[in-house]
Amino acid sequence: MTRITSHGPEVSRRSFLAGVGGLTFSIAFLGDGAPALNAAGKGDMGVTAWVRIGADNVVTIFNPSAEMGQGSMTALPLIVAEEMDADWARVRIEQSPVDARVYGNPQFFGHQMLTVGSRTVQGYYTGLRKAGAQVRKALLAAAAGHWKVPVSELRTEPNVVVHGPTKRRLTYGEIAAFAKMPAKLPEVAESDLKNPRDFRLIGNKAIGRADIPAKVNGTAIYGMDVHVPGMVYAVMSRAPVHGSRPQSSNAAAIKAVAGVVDVVTLNHGVVVVADTMEGALAARKKLMVEWSQGARAAGFQSEKDLDGYRHVMDSAAAGDPVTSKGNVKNAMAAAVRTYQADFYSDHAYHAQMEPLNAVAHVNAAGDGAEVWAGTQSLDGARMSAAKALGVGVDKITFHPCYLGGGFGRRSWSDYIEEAVLTSKAVRRPVKLVWTREDDVAYGAFRPMALQCLKAGVDAAGNVVAWEHCVVGDGRGLLTSGIQIPFYNVPNQNIELRGKSSGVRLKHWRAVGHGFNKFAIESMIDLIAADHKIDPVEYRRRLTRHSPRALKVIETAAAMAKWGTPRPAGRALGIAFTERSDSLSAGVAEVSVDRAKGRIRVHRFWASLDAGQVVQPGNAVAQMESGIVYGLSSMFSERITFENGRVQQSNFHDYEVMRMADAPEEIHVEIIRNNEPPAGIGETGVPIASGAVANAFFAVTGRQLRHMPFTPDRVLTVLKA
Amino acid sequence: MTSFTLNGKQVSVKTAPGTPLLWAIREHLKLTGTKYGCGAGLCGACTVHVDGKATLACHTEVAAVAGKRVVTIEGLSPDSSHPLQKAWIVEQVPQCGYCQSGQIMKAAELLAINPKPRRADIVRHMNGNICRCGTYTRIIAAIERAAREG
Repeated sequence: MTRITSHGPEVSRRSFLAGVGGLTFSIAFLGDGAPALNAAGKGDMGVTAWVRIGADNVVTIFNPSAEMGQGSMTALPLIVAEEMDADWARVRIEQSPVDARVYGNPQFFGHQMLTVGSRTVQGYYTGLRKAGAQVRKALLAAAAGHWKVPVSELRTEPNVVVHGPTKRRLTYGEIAAFAKMPAKLPEVAESDLKNPRDFRLIGNKAIGRADIPAKVNGTAIYGMDVHVPGMVYAVMSRAPVHGSRPQSSNAAAIKAVAGVVDVVTLNHGVVVVADTMEGALAARKKLMVEWSQGARAAGFQSEKDLDGYRHVMDSAAAGDPVTSKGNVKNAMAAAVRTYQADFYSDHAYHAQMEPLNAVAHVNAAGDGAEVWAGTQSLDGARMSAAKALGVGVDKITFHPCYLGGGFGRRSWSDYIEEAVLTSKAVRRPVKLVWTREDDVAYGAFRPMALQCLKAGVDAAGNVVAWEHCVVGDGRGLLTSGIQIPFYNVPNQNIELRGKSSGVRLKHWRAVGHGFNKFAIESMIDLIAADHKIDPVEYRRRLTRHSPRALKVIETAAAMAKWGTPRPAGRALGIAFTERSDSLSAGVAEVSVDRAKGRIRVHRFWASLDAGQVVQPGNAVAQMESGIVYGLSSMFSERITFENGRVQQSNFHDYEVMRMADAPEEIHVEIIRNNEPPAGIGETGVPIASGAVANAFFAVTGRQLRHMPFTPDRVLTVLKA
Repeated sequence: MTSFTLNGKQVSVKTAPGTPLLWAIREHLKLTGTKYGCGAGLCGACTVHVDGKATLACHTEVAAVAGKRVVTIEGLSPDSSHPLQKAWIVEQVPQCGYCQSGQIMKAAELLAINPKPRRADIVRHMNGNICRCGTYTRIIAAIERAAREG
């Protein structure tokens, strides 16, 4: 096995402006994602940059993404280092400045510095390869000029330019010490990029993540860990029903409590500011707020409303089309057999381990601020802080911190705005902390949904007609993953029917893929079982026109030794998904405790085709993570509302998967190819939901159609 | 004012009565490796050692550790050389990393009382510590490695 050690790049959060001289390469991404390049001369450190080479032979590479455990702070610099032929042991990674014009992800409209949707590596990949190749070309040109030899006689080794005929060598640091860069850096063509088979760093399993050493000794700094001199602490009472407003409070009495600095009323709640964290929490307990009535969410009863979704489905109103292909009506009428099933899912909470928090320090004049926070939306957070303060974005200095989990929750900046507004009111640095209970009560959830599926099958057993309607609140949050682009079904109607709830909804790891693939993959197994066709064989038929999809299915089946006997009481289930351009299949080995209604996943096998994988070791870790996250949401995670109020409050009643319930083994196999990189961090979620659902079906002959599969629901299905 | 030993040094901290050890360590003494996750003894992110015993700092009053030895992740080893810390790196355990101080401190207690734990021992001992990134299989592998390699 490959042994990863702590030897690797140093991670520094020091501003690059404090650099020690050398060469700075500035690459500005343009609209088409191609880098426009120029070089700042020696000693000119005032230019934003991707790469700096010090005379000490240290290569500093800037990471523009949020690091929330997914590993892109290592993967992005690794891409640059590969093409510039840097010595990874001499690379230092620094967080880039928050400036989307330079550091934005070219894949996003507006080039935001937004770490979401598993889009980071795939969005930056080509641009950073070109950036690295350009740096290498510039170093070669400088060395050629120095030695007065043709560039064609030069090659690079890690951090060294070598002159072949004379075997002379110059380190990158030595070049940086003398080189004067041309005003315009050399053009980079596709042919200047390495052949992937020559990669030393990309795809290298021995390269670990740069953030890990700091995460085993307590030195990694999350937003929660920031301390600023003179800092005070803030906790907030937020609207118990989304949309209600504080009308009045006993703020005057709270202000009189010893240690309380101030009580600040914001649009959606009341903030208690105190000298200490414990003081703020104690004072908040005494805070009484009168809330406005009549918020739209006030009548929301999640369980009753979910039952009501069926009426939305049965109403005459047409849905919004997502996919319309062929003629479903005719094909369904001509089908030999039709199948219909409804699937339900409840709201889910992100439950990132670090509750939301931010530190803000608005200056004495109130016209600028420093902000520290972990966020998935780096430039968005900076803009939100500026907007909250009513100043230009250049008045906000933003310090990104590690994120103790994101999962989609931290691409909103609500918690950052609260900290800025509170600091503005008290004119002191403020650490605003959400307790876990705050984080649940004022969460922003994966929406609950009803999925209505209908399929028509011809005499040969092929699916010829497919209808899928999702009903719920949240628009695009509901339709992600609802399509079946890799299944060969000629006639499809896929649509959305909306029903407003007034509660806060948000992207959640893999967004709608978790519940949509649960429904789709369950439907496929329902049809296969009725035809007495093996589920893997049936998916082979469905994907026979897509070699990559077929391969992930066959790989996962082979990994699990599909078709071979299992220990007594166990069975396998398979599911396939696409997510953020990657493809995956998962197989779960499951048993069911029929007395307690508990499902146990013993082993899980997953295949992944994500094109060129930059960090294979981390890709495996991300798949494991997605699988556990997906399984957790299948078993116990459930947010409910009564009268618009969230009914859960902490990990005792919002249970996430613990070690004892995690699979004993998770195996991941990456299918290697040189297709463009695809997203990985969310792909494990949908295969987990579908595979467990189908494994339960294989064990019991019955389908669970409401996730999560809580023991009471399992028992109900088993007794039916 | 409460005095205790924190990572081998004598410290004194002045907090309101009833203040959890967690806030004393993190916010008063500014050792932030110990994390706030739930405040209710449900997740294990705040695990520290008090006289060698893994203790939830969010659920322990400062006054209760007067005169005792408290060790946090920062004091587990001077240079990340504890076998668990080394194994955590080899197995590439952390993802977001927020729970990992607590995981390591809880695991260190296990190895101190049971140097060669079986898998079932590990699961039983560690089940109170939540990892939302789902690194459980790697945590187990790292504890087994640390037990093996020392």
